Amino acid sequence: MIRVFVPGDTAAVAVGADEVAVALTATARGRGLGLELVRTGSRGAFELEPLVEVETATGRIGYARVAAEQVPALVAAGMFEGRPGHPAWIGRPEDLAFFRGQTRLTFARCGIVDPVSVEAYRAAGGWRGLAAALSLGPQGVVDAIKASGLRGRGGAGFPAGIKWATVAAASAPRKFVICNADEGDSGTFADRMLMEGDPFLLIEGMVLAGFATGAEKGYLYIRSEYPLAVRAMQRAIDAAYAAGLLGADVAGAGIRFDLEVRVGAGAYVCGEETALLESIEGKRGQVRAKPPLPAHQGLFGAPTLINNVLTLAAVPFILAEGAKAYADYGMGRSRGTMPIQLAGDIRHGGLFETAFGVTLGQLIDEIGGGTLSGRPVRAAQVGGPLGAYFPRALFDTPFDYEAFAARGGLIGHGGVVVFNDTVDLLQQARFALEFCAVESCGKCTPCRLGSTRGVEVVDRIAAGQRREANLALLQDLCETMKLGSLCALGGFTPYPVMSALTHFPEDFSPARRPEPAE
Amino acid sequence: MDHEGSSSASVAQLCREIVARHADREGALLPILQDLQAALGYVPAGAVPEIARALNLTRAEVHGALSFYHDFRSAPAGRRVVKLCQAEACQARGGRRVTAALERRLGVELGATSADGAVTLEPVYCLGLCASGPAALVEGRPVARLAEDRLEPLLAEGMP
Repeated sequence: MIRVFVPGDTAAVAVGADEVAVALTATARGRGLGLELVRTGSRGAFELEPLVEVETATGRIGYARVAAEQVPALVAAGMFEGRPGHPAWIGRPEDLAFFRGQTRLTFARCGIVDPVSVEAYRAAGGWRGLAAALSLGPQGVVDAIKASGLRGRGGAGFPAGIKWATVAAASAPRKFVICNADEGDSGTFADRMLMEGDPFLLIEGMVLAGFATGAEKGYLYIRSEYPLAVRAMQRAIDAAYAAGLLGADVAGAGIRFDLEVRVGAGAYVCGEETALLESIEGKRGQVRAKPPLPAHQGLFGAPTLINNVLTLAAVPFILAEGAKAYADYGMGRSRGTMPIQLAGDIRHGGLFETAFGVTLGQLIDEIGGGTLSGRPVRAAQVGGPLGAYFPRALFDTPFDYEAFAARGGLIGHGGVVVFNDTVDLLQQARFALEFCAVESCGKCTPCRLGSTRGVEVVDRIAAGQRREANLALLQDLCETMKLGSLCALGGFTPYPVMSALTHFPEDFSPARRPEPAE
Repeated sequence: MDHEGSSSASVAQLCREIVARHADREGALLPILQDLQAALGYVPAGAVPEIARALNLTRAEVHGALSFYHDFRSAPAGRRVVKLCQAEACQARGGRRVTAALERRLGVELGATSADGAVTLEPVYCLGLCASGPAALVEGRPVARLAEDRLEPLLAEGMP
């Protein structure tokens, strides 16, 4: 029996992986060959997709950027034996520099295992975190999370152990665990990739969170823009229930944990944790004032642990291998690994999981290989639409929460979007404000009105009207939004705007307009 | 507004069926509205009082949620919905040029439906295809590596 692996990840399907899978099946049948075709997630080197892998005695051999039309010729050239010679042949994917340079703790299985198989997950080391947790007890789990130094991967970087301890200590008739999978930041796709490629890891992380905090019900809030992730998680949850790994008696350990998927409805602000709570409750996704913290009064008024996908997905490793094994990676107060996402105009884009401390320049120039277009890199926006634009002069900044903050930026959810020299930073600043205006929940004035007024002010600067006065007004407006907004949407929109203004003042000068953006 | 196939009586019936499907869920309003839109392609105004009554909410609460989220429509879309990513990572890979080229090709602007009702072109902010863009969702199916001269995946089969 020939075993072939074709990713079912969105990034592979979007470039023809489904058609390739059909062609492989048809070609094998035409040749009278038995074929087992496994739809994995993606390994995360998106330029290689669709990346077909064939099992051989020397490991899995990859064929990159395969098109359905090529399949008969590839098979004729010995694809099913992993024979080299064809230009699509890349050998063993794990030998590529892009993968050799990574430290995959969270994404160890992604792109390799069958994401619908409970058994494949177990065989690849799954559920060892739960076994360890059962012997440690709930308090032991909380202590391990604290000792690991794990910080919230959604963007804020709040110490996860403190959040877990707060919910665990709360006494209430019921508590909830929520996984925030409303990954709306442009330049990020790690949550999506993990849900599509290793969904049981996230389920295990959520079960562990429920065990540690005493919550018996979990919600997984996934954005509607990720239809394949919704389907992958729903399949995995159904399989986990069927295998007794969710429900009234998880793994026969006497723990109850139920898990339900909720799908978003296209509101970026629902990635903010309190807006997300409102959304699950069936209301407008409007931000709540804090306090009370969700850990005290969250979903339906009950104590609620809310963490990002990557935070929860880091937990099984920490328990299975020990807090120290995780904390040994990283720098300063940023411990462990970060799944960094290289995006935009970059040659080797994709998911690069590595210990904190790698510099932005290493990520873009060495690992990413510079721009895909071949043009010079001019700027990188780090941390999504609310992150700062960094010029090359700041590319020595190490990937670390504090190091980015010290330079007026943030790492957010770990997205790095590379722009070449045709980018117009005034247009990008305008876009940041426009996006804020579209997505503002409307609850606080600085965000609701400031964003719209900001767009108008940028337009006046672009038109050369009272330039100095309008630049001063824009800075003043940003200061007001930063200090006066209820949540990060209004509060952080000034990051892209002010960084554009500070580091690329020439784009705001009267002599601007090199060329339209792109 | 009412459209063919969604008379007020049938909308009321459909609302009751969908609400019953979610009877054991807390905070079921969004899943109910999503199911309704999946069934009809939009959420008719006549559904608001039906759902409000069934969930013991005010009509203002239902309308408030309905009007807040970008996904919900109050009128049917075109026969094919193309959601084209407008976010930064796709911008950095030529997304603005692809949007302009597609608008010209289809003769419809972003956010509008073509006059013959064939296609609705909508902006979307990130599909998680940030190293493969410009990207789009066509009837819920992801497509990537688009370019000004590679718009075919966005066009209906047989279109010139």
